[in-house]
Amino acid sequence: MKTIIVDVPDWPGHRAGQHLDVRLTAEDGYRAERQYSIASAPEEPVAITVERLDDGEVSPYLVDELRPGDGFELRGPVGGYFVWGREDGGPLLLVAGGSGIVPLRAILRHRRNTEGGAAVRLLYSSRSLDDVIYRAELDDPGDGVDVVHTLTRRQPPGWTGFARRFDATFLRELAWPREDDPLAFVCGPTSFVETVATALVGLGYRPERVKTERFGATGGR
Amino acid sequence: MSFVSRGFRGRRRDHDADPSRVPPGQSVTYDFPVLSAGPTPQTAIEEWTFSIVSGGTKKTWTWDEFRALPSETVTVDIHCVTRWSKLDTTWEGVAVDTLLDDVEHDAAYVLAFCDGGYTTNLPLEDVTDGKAWIAFEYDGEALDPEHGGPARLLVPHLYFWKSAKWIRGLALRDEDEPGFWETYGYHLYGDPWREQRYAGD
Repeated sequence: MKTIIVDVPDWPGHRAGQHLDVRLTAEDGYRAERQYSIASAPEEPVAITVERLDDGEVSPYLVDELRPGDGFELRGPVGGYFVWGREDGGPLLLVAGGSGIVPLRAILRHRRNTEGGAAVRLLYSSRSLDDVIYRAELDDPGDGVDVVHTLTRRQPPGWTGFARRFDATFLRELAWPREDDPLAFVCGPTSFVETVATALVGLGYRPERVKTERFGATGGR
Repeated sequence: MSFVSRGFRGRRRDHDADPSRVPPGQSVTYDFPVLSAGPTPQTAIEEWTFSIVSGGTKKTWTWDEFRALPSETVTVDIHCVTRWSKLDTTWEGVAVDTLLDDVEHDAAYVLAFCDGGYTTNLPLEDVTDGKAWIAFEYDGEALDPEHGGPARLLVPHLYFWKSAKWIRGLALRDEDEPGFWETYGYHLYGDPWREQRYAGD
């Protein structure tokens, strides 16, 4: 896992939750392109957080090979639906599976930077404590933000947090009640998002207030 | 001049796919990734209908009526704007031509509308003459809800966001009107061979 800060000439600005396209070109002209969620808030330099996929093509390069000062081509920002700004209000329910935390981190940082008061509950599912991305940052998320971790595969000795998957029962206990008309952002692998989004609608969340971003099985991000 | 990324060689994982079938900037996947902007709608089949809306008139089929229409098996390549392509996918569906058969109109565009509020716009000529289907089976099985079941539009020659999931009908239009993703910066037409991903491409 690596967070790369990119100095982009003429960046037009982005909204929290958007992504961008990275294009790598080999000397013989061969190209590979992938999409990554933007990890930084609009007020901050553009950053992406890249999970290294062993059988990947672009992510091993970005994690292992890329050095400060290197350049690569990118295009963006892309996507205008899975985004949050102050004017969208809350309360916010952010639900992340694995590296699905990345665009939600941009939302959290934007909220903090703009003092955009909306109350936030972040439910974050990871396989183990070592897999938790932005751990220190999430330990000190700022006022009005509750962070709930669950570690679904392995828990460290003495772990007092959750170890269950986010199913309908779990969400009924932890998500904002529907009476608050929450705005939900759900990001993670397909099956995770499918389960969580369906459960939230089952709890009475309005479908148009449940925004989803699913990671394809290709691991393109 | 093309920019070279220092030290990047690439893995060229598509060596077994026919390059003439893979549009620029795409790579071949053997999975079937799911991308949707919201929850998967849960529509009971008894409540499902399909409609062609033209001016003030509306022609509607129930699920049973829709399934009684002649259908076709098609094997096509599909291309998602998020850069995956999947070759030789097999679908069963009703040709849009069949649904338009006895509808009188002189429309130039259609807006597909769906459960969950999703819409997408297409020129009429891109969904007629055997170019588009309302698909209800994938790979010999009923179409999964997460892949758009009970039925989705299938327009394989355009980026796959045009193949609207959970489709409930087509509205015939005189003028082109951006759909859901098209209002969020994606291309109005979406030809993968011309890499029309975003507005301005």
